[in-house]
Amino acid sequence: MQHSVSIRDLSLNFGSVKVLETLNLDIEQGEFIVLLGPSGCGKSTLLNCIAGLLDVSAGQIFIGGKNVTWMEPKDRGIGMVFQSYALYPQMTVERNLSFGLRVSGMKKDEIERRVARAAEILQIEPLLGRKPANLSGGQRQRVAIGRALVRDVDVFLFDEPLSNLDAKLRSDLRVEIKRLHQRLKNTMIYVTHDQIEALTLADRIAIMKNGVIQQLADPHTIYNKPVNLYVAGFIGSPSMNFIEGTLDGSSFTAEDGTVIPVATYDFADKAKATGKAVLGVRPEHILLGDDAAKMPYSLEVEIEIVEPMGSDTLAWTTIAGRPVTFRAASDVHLEAGQKLVVGFDPARGSFFSSETTNRL
Amino acid sequence: MSQTAIMAGAAPETGTGTAVEPRGPRPKPFFTPRKIIIYSVLILFSFYFLFPLYVMIATSFKTMPEIRFGNIFALPQQINFDAWVRAWTSVCTGLTCEGLSPGFWNSVKITIPSTIVSIFIAAVNGYALVNWRFKGSEIFFAILIFGSFIPYQVFLYPLVMITRELRIFGTLQAVILVHTIFGMPILTLLFRNYFASLPQELFKAARVDGAGFWRIFFEIMLPMSLPIFVVALILQVTGIWNDFLFGVVFAGTQNYPMTVQLNNIVNSAQGSPEYNVNMAATVLTGLVPLIIYFVSGKLFVRGVAAGAVKG
Repeated sequence: MQHSVSIRDLSLNFGSVKVLETLNLDIEQGEFIVLLGPSGCGKSTLLNCIAGLLDVSAGQIFIGGKNVTWMEPKDRGIGMVFQSYALYPQMTVERNLSFGLRVSGMKKDEIERRVARAAEILQIEPLLGRKPANLSGGQRQRVAIGRALVRDVDVFLFDEPLSNLDAKLRSDLRVEIKRLHQRLKNTMIYVTHDQIEALTLADRIAIMKNGVIQQLADPHTIYNKPVNLYVAGFIGSPSMNFIEGTLDGSSFTAEDGTVIPVATYDFADKAKATGKAVLGVRPEHILLGDDAAKMPYSLEVEIEIVEPMGSDTLAWTTIAGRPVTFRAASDVHLEAGQKLVVGFDPARGSFFSSETTNRL
Repeated sequence: MSQTAIMAGAAPETGTGTAVEPRGPRPKPFFTPRKIIIYSVLILFSFYFLFPLYVMIATSFKTMPEIRFGNIFALPQQINFDAWVRAWTSVCTGLTCEGLSPGFWNSVKITIPSTIVSIFIAAVNGYALVNWRFKGSEIFFAILIFGSFIPYQVFLYPLVMITRELRIFGTLQAVILVHTIFGMPILTLLFRNYFASLPQELFKAARVDGAGFWRIFFEIMLPMSLPIFVVALILQVTGIWNDFLFGVVFAGTQNYPMTVQLNNIVNSAQGSPEYNVNMAATVLTGLVPLIIYFVSGKLFVRGVAAGAVKG
């Protein structure tokens, strides 16, 4: 099957600084890919390379089977949406949408047809006569998406499109982007530093660090089976609990001497599962009460801090000498100083080698 | 808790010692020591700068006998436009005696093309330096800026030779060329910095939309650049209109700008000096930059305010 977008051995240097290093990425037709990472990890740079706004230092980029490495942005069959909307301030919404089409010398009735269709999809018909200064943030971003839409392209590029919006608008527009993808079935490449956006929108997430893709997988795998400590710590809020210790095949001994059985854990290579390691457990995988007693590992702890979040409650305690958080349903009454039994199944956690930080 | 509340309630009385409890906007008395000092200094300085202007205008409306009387600060006994008419139409400016009007039109002929050409080239330069970085663009910019640190006089003789070789020495084209060249460093800096302050993503969006170098310049960048164009306009019109050196060297006698003719009037060694005519001629020469300032100053403020609304 032909890939919608293929990146082969892509490198980009700014002087002596290596921003991207021999990066490979294949994106399927109609796939929603999210590039996720902290600022400065090269995710926006990668997007700009795909768009043709930056010249690559080495490697190739294919879009729709065509080698576009040396092509101008307009010839690549892409549409792009920017964080700051980048609407032309002196033009009306209608002129903003049609600018690219007018530049390409398209016939007037075809331009009108496409603008009308985009406006209908995004429900911005009443705004067509307005200037960007008279639009709200959400409306502006909708127009910016519309500008990509009218170009009738195969690949949509989003560069942190929701980062300038407030929390409520962000979640509204997030759903709209998902709906748009389901309706149009275009390939979409979406850059963000917001893991909620990544987990909710993506078919597959590429987690990046220092110009290198750490893990490329569907959200479920990324969340439950992170390939290394970095991915494990980056994804999830509140973040994963880490306990350092030593593995010896059948059990895990934490630094303070606590022994945790690991018989249920599915090691990639059991022979290598020895030596210094880190156990990662997500807060929601630590259970309490009757459920805790059934777990392969359980103990009594004292709650130190309680953070009610509305939908659930987050509690802080200490396990094996490490601060650990766990989640409880909001109807369970918890308070600081309370003692209770918690437990978890190491099989739902993750072991990482202390040496390589990779998953065991 | 209750204790602090009582304390807070009691504070106004104990704090100020008056019965009036602070509420609403804080009173702003007009006569405070601070304001008196600020205003008296400002008035003193404006007096200092405006007084010569007053003497100039008052003298230009006087007759020569009235001036010889010696009361330089007195108001004219009656408004008399003779000196103004003479300055404009018939006073001798060197060899000819046609007044300042030919000089005025010469200045117009020099200023308008020089301003337009220099601003246009500088705007394109600044735009290219920010958005279309090429190899060595930083060095190019550094060299350009370096030019603004060298005194004009150093270039004078080489430029005379260059214009002579180009066979335009002593013509309007020569002055226009020289003004364009010397306007370049500061104007390019101005435009470069302004374009650098515009969001880069706008430029990227226009490129994705398929617009090229000139299209982005004319349709995206220029409409957003009114404030900086007004600044450049003020700078160039005032600078070129007030120029004396390039005018006297490169323009040739028949194209002398107003400033050169004014100099010829005021420094004339023949006959007794006509102070009223000199004053009128001086005010006439300075009128254009003044009008530019008053007209575009307002435009400038409006331009800045409009530019503040980001798209």
